[in-house]
Amino acid sequence: MNVNYVASLITVVVLFLIAYVGTEALGLTALFGVVIPYLALVVFLAGVVYRVLGWARSPVPFRIPSTCGQQKSLPWIKPATIDNPSTTGGVLVRMALEILFFRSLFRNTKTRLFDGPRISYEWEKWLWLGAIVFHYSFLTVLIRHFRFFLEPVPVPFQWLEALDGFLQVGVPGIMLSGFALLAGVTFLFLRRIFIPQVRYISLASDYFPLFLIMGIAISGIFMRYITKTDVVGVKALAMGLITFQPVLPETVSGVFYGHFFFVCILLAYFPFSKLMHLGGIFMSPTRNLANNNREVHHVNPWNYPVKIHTYDKYEDEFREKMIEAGLPVEKEPEAASSEEEEKE
Amino acid sequence: MNNTRTFYDGGKVITGLVIFVVLVTFPFWYNHGKAAPAPEPQLTEKAKAEKACIRPKNEMKSAHMQILNNWRNNVVRNADRIHETADGKRFEMSLSNTCVDCHSNKADFCDRCHNYVAVNPYCWNCHIDNPKETSK
Repeated sequence: MNVNYVASLITVVVLFLIAYVGTEALGLTALFGVVIPYLALVVFLAGVVYRVLGWARSPVPFRIPSTCGQQKSLPWIKPATIDNPSTTGGVLVRMALEILFFRSLFRNTKTRLFDGPRISYEWEKWLWLGAIVFHYSFLTVLIRHFRFFLEPVPVPFQWLEALDGFLQVGVPGIMLSGFALLAGVTFLFLRRIFIPQVRYISLASDYFPLFLIMGIAISGIFMRYITKTDVVGVKALAMGLITFQPVLPETVSGVFYGHFFFVCILLAYFPFSKLMHLGGIFMSPTRNLANNNREVHHVNPWNYPVKIHTYDKYEDEFREKMIEAGLPVEKEPEAASSEEEEKE
Repeated sequence: MNNTRTFYDGGKVITGLVIFVVLVTFPFWYNHGKAAPAPEPQLTEKAKAEKACIRPKNEMKSAHMQILNNWRNNVVRNADRIHETADGKRFEMSLSNTCVDCHSNKADFCDRCHNYVAVNPYCWNCHIDNPKETSK
């Protein structure tokens, strides 16, 4: 047992109970169905913008990309144009591969020391696989939920839902993304528990979002397949929020408010958490800069104009005194003066 | 945070942020304040006369698809075609012959909510051409 994940788990359970009891027993549906969602959205948008602008204020005086291949140098040495990009095009490809396919996780290797001592580096793709499953299924789940916020629902959203439910198991049909999301987030959690090194560096701020997302997935699956909720009422509530004419259908259950409250907490917590890697991935100077330090002169943005006094000027100023003191001078007085005349 | 006022690569960063905000607020400007009230399914005269369905209204509203799925399994796998309600009424387990007998107005009853929440039940792949379906 570990206080970091026990405290996170208890927090998430308490959050659910707050929303469930608050709506079922105390009837605070206006608070959990209208006030908190609007607040959460405002905090989310303003927070993300504030954080990103904060990063944009930080100067990056020198190009510091992490290099994963040969830098561009002499024409007969083949450069790694994507892994060590020297052009904007290369950077765009590198960023796209990073954001869409998590390339740096794919590079992950596991180092082990065998008796001998012999060291081995092995492929380790499980983190990459778990991350891909988690992020893409979460994206699919998110996009599927747009059917509650758009009226009429645009056709592409219906295509996605048809694709997600193409197995046509049961009614309402099994949506693969919901279960993939739960599997992915569970894997990412178990990994933190069972790998000692990862457990050592895991904090409550790592476990809390995982439990929160787990709670969102479980409550969603629970409502869709087991307890059932009034989907038409849910959409009426969502559309009321979107059109700024809030309605509170009475047929919507406390489990729904628990689910919705989880999402609001996730949105409001987002800008303050490690989840900001959503914006951070775009702002990473180790990824988004071209490695052209040898081609282009990058001027430090906080350089101030430095007063310089060259040796020529110095000697002009002190030449006579230097000669008197017997110090060697580069230009004799006559030569210096005739040169000045030439200049004029 | 930081004391400097300069935004480095400000053009790119602000473009990215604008795209982000537009995507997040997409539902707001897609619906641009139009009210979209929940649909009211219409009952036929026959359904009104019957007064009660096989389960209470709210339960039917959220769980009818599971009931139909259970009916299908029961009929196809167990050859059991009779559904008994809590108050002892007996019905044939059949979408075409029982449900649609009262709710014969698919467009004004089934489709209203189904379209509103964008669900496409494949029940209608077979049952849609039922002769009892009327346009009323």
